[in-house]
Amino acid sequence: MAELSGKYLVGVYDDDDTVLHAVPKLRKAGVKIKEVYSPFPIHGLDEALGHPRTRIGIAAFMFGVTGCCCVLTLMIWTMGYDWPMIIGGKDPLSIPNYIPITFEGTVLFTAFGMVITFLISNGLGPGTHFHPRFDVRATDNKFIMAIEMSRNSMTEEEISRALKDSGAEEVNIKQF
Amino acid sequence: MHVTSPVREPLIQGGKTYADVTEDICRHVEATPTKEWKIAFGLSLIVLAYGSVCLAWTWWEGLGVWGLNKTVGWAWDITNFVWWVGIGHAGTLISAILLLFRQKWRTSINRAAEAMTIFAVICAASFILMHMGRPWMAYWALPLPNAFGSLWVNFNSPLVWDVFAISTYFSVSLVFWYIGLIPDLATIRDRATSKVSKFMYGTFAMGWDGSAKTWARYEYISLILAGLSTPLVLSVHTIVSMDFATSVIPGWHTTIFPPYFVAGAIFSGFAMVQNLMLITRVVYKLEDYITLEHIETMNKVITLTGSVVGVAYITEFFIAWYGGVEYEYYAFFNRMTGPYWWAYWAMMTCNVISPQLFWSRKLRRSISFTFFISVIVNIGMWFERFVIIVTSLHRDYVPSSWTMFSPTRYDIGDYIFSFGLFFTLFLLFSKYLPVVNMAEVKAVLRSTSAQLPAKIAGVAKVRQRGAAEPAYNKDQE
Repeated sequence: MAELSGKYLVGVYDDDDTVLHAVPKLRKAGVKIKEVYSPFPIHGLDEALGHPRTRIGIAAFMFGVTGCCCVLTLMIWTMGYDWPMIIGGKDPLSIPNYIPITFEGTVLFTAFGMVITFLISNGLGPGTHFHPRFDVRATDNKFIMAIEMSRNSMTEEEISRALKDSGAEEVNIKQF
Repeated sequence: MHVTSPVREPLIQGGKTYADVTEDICRHVEATPTKEWKIAFGLSLIVLAYGSVCLAWTWWEGLGVWGLNKTVGWAWDITNFVWWVGIGHAGTLISAILLLFRQKWRTSINRAAEAMTIFAVICAASFILMHMGRPWMAYWALPLPNAFGSLWVNFNSPLVWDVFAISTYFSVSLVFWYIGLIPDLATIRDRATSKVSKFMYGTFAMGWDGSAKTWARYEYISLILAGLSTPLVLSVHTIVSMDFATSVIPGWHTTIFPPYFVAGAIFSGFAMVQNLMLITRVVYKLEDYITLEHIETMNKVITLTGSVVGVAYITEFFIAWYGGVEYEYYAFFNRMTGPYWWAYWAMMTCNVISPQLFWSRKLRRSISFTFFISVIVNIGMWFERFVIIVTSLHRDYVPSSWTMFSPTRYDIGDYIFSFGLFFTLFLLFSKYLPVVNMAEVKAVLRSTSAQLPAKIAGVAKVRQRGAAEPAYNKDQE
């Protein structure tokens, strides 16, 4: 997570269903929600928050194509042109024999490329573990909703009341 | 509140809340090592030390210390290699294939099973290094340019395919496992009381905060990694089987090998998962998470894959006779009735007959019986590889070179080394990392719990005690 600054209202929810239903309710009431933090994935929550669909799959496909091309090129060039070797009477340049390694290379590039993209796009990495968080209970049993005050035109009391009405059991103020 | 109708048996017992899941799984990570753990760890270190001495001597003196001869050039080394790689397959099956099939019972066992995969592949790789004889030349298997000292590798050789398959399998499994660990490491980081554990778990959790956006991406890449790992795991044992199947040796040169090897791999892997989980659930008091339901389901997989293996043995034998190639026929006839008949019948009994006992519901729900059969299956699967490798080789085309293989103490010692390594790594894992995937269990808790508490979030005990409240969370007071 990137560094945070400013003033936030933090709603603490007790139940994943409650928070999932609270999000559209609050958005309808005009509250701009920054993010919801949960101990496990809640299906439909990112759509309810209006997050765009992740494009990491496109990146993964690109990495896969890259891997496939790199490995195939290596084999065709080394076996076919740089130093052809006839071993066991096999044709040195034979694409069917290259299928296993091409497949492995594709998987390797896709997996690593995708995971590195995942880490970078989420700002995950070594040295980020002292970044502040809204509530540490978000990795245990609570569902934390963060609302950035500077992005909202409503007053603190209005948002606080809306959060409580939507099922939040606590509303805290965080200043970074 | 959504309620799922109980079509399936519940997977989580004891009316757990989210806080209970955190507490139950983190308990052993946060506690100081128990006496039992220290004894077990000490024993596995002793085993590892003995094995290391044998291995050091193998490398110092050369492969002549093994019982190999000019007819039997591959024996325990490759047997152990295939055995360990096979064991690894269950972990990927549980974490990847069952994820694609949306099987919720995988959530309680996938973490430990995948750790087992990684350690088993490390053990398998150690036999590859061993059988090279000169492990410092291992980089010759990599595609390095000519000027580096060797020719390019032969990409037409299944042995080179194996290098790529095993290394890809290992690294992709490791990444898949680590990505699954990050949310749980963050949970432990947020509960940590000591500076050292806060720093260590914090570093490896890499700043995970559990935002909805991160979770959406997490789920997406888990799905793609599962989709990649599924053909990957099948390709790995297919390629391992091609090490044999593409060579013109009677008994090896068969097209049935890839599916037969893959089924055998999953069969032996599940047996090893059973062995490990049956002990882990008792030691860490996880009976509510790894229930009889899980054990029974795994036994069903063992019966299924065991039956596939049985059918493969019989098919192979039938084709050896029906194919009319006398060398092929002799290789199989010799397996059954030749000097290694005991190995063949040990394999048949352990792998074909024993899993069929699980058709009885009472037996497959019996913990001690499951443990016993799992050990038997692993012994049987070791014999399968021994039978394939040694009995196919020991009677050559020329009767004057017919011979027998007998292991020396270094063959045995190097095998013991892999056990020491495996259990040392597994014990370290089970102490310092959560053995059950907390985030995934919480995600399926509502739909799989036997009885739901009134408030599913529960009360975090650690915070009730007033401990472990990080400084940056207090500034609101």
